[in-house]
Amino acid sequence: MNIIFSFIRKTLVVAELEIRKILHDPTEIFTRAVQPALWILIFGRVFEKMHPISGSVNYIDFMTPGILAQSVLFVSIFYGIAIIWERDLGLTHKFLATPTPRTALVLGKAISAGVRCLPLAVIIYLIAVLLGVHVKWGVLNIIAVLIMVILGSIFFSTFSLIIACIVKTRERFMGIGQLLTMPLFFASNAIYPIEIMPQWLKIISKINPLTYIINATRTLMIADAPPTFLPGDFAIVIAASALFVFIAGSLYKRVIV
Amino acid sequence: MPVLLETKKITRCFGNFKAVDSIDLTIEAGEIFALLGPNGAGKSTLIKMLTTLLPPTSGDAYIDGYSITTQPNKVRRIIGYVPQMLSVDGSLTGYENLFLFAKLYDIPSKEARKRAKESIEFMELQQSANKLVRTYSGGMIRRLEIAQSMLHVPRILFLDEPTTGLDPIGVKMVWEHILNLKKKYNTTILLTTHIMEEADKLCNRVALLSRGNLVVADTPENLKNSIGKKEATLEDVFIHYTSESLANENSFRDVMRQRKTENRIQ
Repeated sequence: MNIIFSFIRKTLVVAELEIRKILHDPTEIFTRAVQPALWILIFGRVFEKMHPISGSVNYIDFMTPGILAQSVLFVSIFYGIAIIWERDLGLTHKFLATPTPRTALVLGKAISAGVRCLPLAVIIYLIAVLLGVHVKWGVLNIIAVLIMVILGSIFFSTFSLIIACIVKTRERFMGIGQLLTMPLFFASNAIYPIEIMPQWLKIISKINPLTYIINATRTLMIADAPPTFLPGDFAIVIAASALFVFIAGSLYKRVIV
Repeated sequence: MPVLLETKKITRCFGNFKAVDSIDLTIEAGEIFALLGPNGAGKSTLIKMLTTLLPPTSGDAYIDGYSITTQPNKVRRIIGYVPQMLSVDGSLTGYENLFLFAKLYDIPSKEARKRAKESIEFMELQQSANKLVRTYSGGMIRRLEIAQSMLHVPRILFLDEPTTGLDPIGVKMVWEHILNLKKKYNTTILLTTHIMEEADKLCNRVALLSRGNLVVADTPENLKNSIGKKEATLEDVFIHYTSESLANENSFRDVMRQRKTENRIQ
């Protein structure tokens, strides 16, 4: 019991460290909101004229949760560069010499990446209101969306930490980060439904956790959205995140060698 | 004095290169001990192994009886470590760096606050405690780093080149605080340095490393008397024992690392 309590406490301390940094300088939160706003306001507005989807939901309604998940992906997938930066500074060495479980270091950082994404969710809700998106306003719905945002961010930021621990240099990391983002984004139902994908892409989208993040977010956020099996979506994202936290925890020490 | 740290044929290879070659070393409780040697002699690799960051290829070391290979978590609880590079977070305040770090050693919040405050006073950083660390001078940062590594009152403190890149006033203040630590807590200190005066002034014993081997270990006085030169300094001792390796230029990586540390501190 003590071990679990100590693990949770240390995870939260690592997260608090990161969150305090954001509070000291919150500018990044606002600059990061620009990109999703452009996707919805420009891409969404133009693309909807082509009537890319059928059914009861209009296109802007359809893509708004997709863009929320996309911005979670884009913000989190580059999070790993922070650990390379901290390694170069010497911070990682000091943390690894403390009696903190490696998985607590990873999970704490991943949670803070999730907290970084929460203002994005708020801004996307605001844009949705401005554009007349049919939003579901239940408190539980909004809380569940925010939880999924944090979970999604935990998954992708941990994925990013794993890459950082393997490639070890900033240059290689940036290359791989760029290489991953677009395929992950396009092989999901963020801006078009899975039904219209070619068969091979359908298979990839099924093993892409982004698809499950979007399924849940869409059902929870948008009125009349197609239903999904929410416990299943959450279970898949949680299981994938837990696996990645475990892998990243065991690779973490590699970054300093 | 009881033995606090003991290495047993500790060895670390990187590929075919032996960075640390079968070193046997004993440090007694309460000693200030310096590791000297040219760049690439194996000092930092040895410290990384002792602080559990790098597993030895063979051999072992015991700190207060705990093995670094089989009981790393026990070791981490009783050591403090200040790496050569910067290790406090510039985007947090001095106080935050201490208070939050203390909690990683399972110190309860109330006690963590108290210790953070005390160590800020001990290191004479009260004026800047609530300022972001990126506004600190190099000497202040080093003092904060030492304060951070002392919050859990470790049995032994590892300082990897604690005064590299500092101006003379910064160096002097760091030295004073190291001696104060020893006086107040009787902490055993193992430091690496390139500054012979530092080793001479602060340390009870000095070990010379060259090409991964332990060449000699003794008190500064005995070492100076051992080379058969009148009024010898530690510098003479250093040159006497390591002249061969000094002929080799520092590697590009060493130079780059040292410049990086210096730039960040200034």
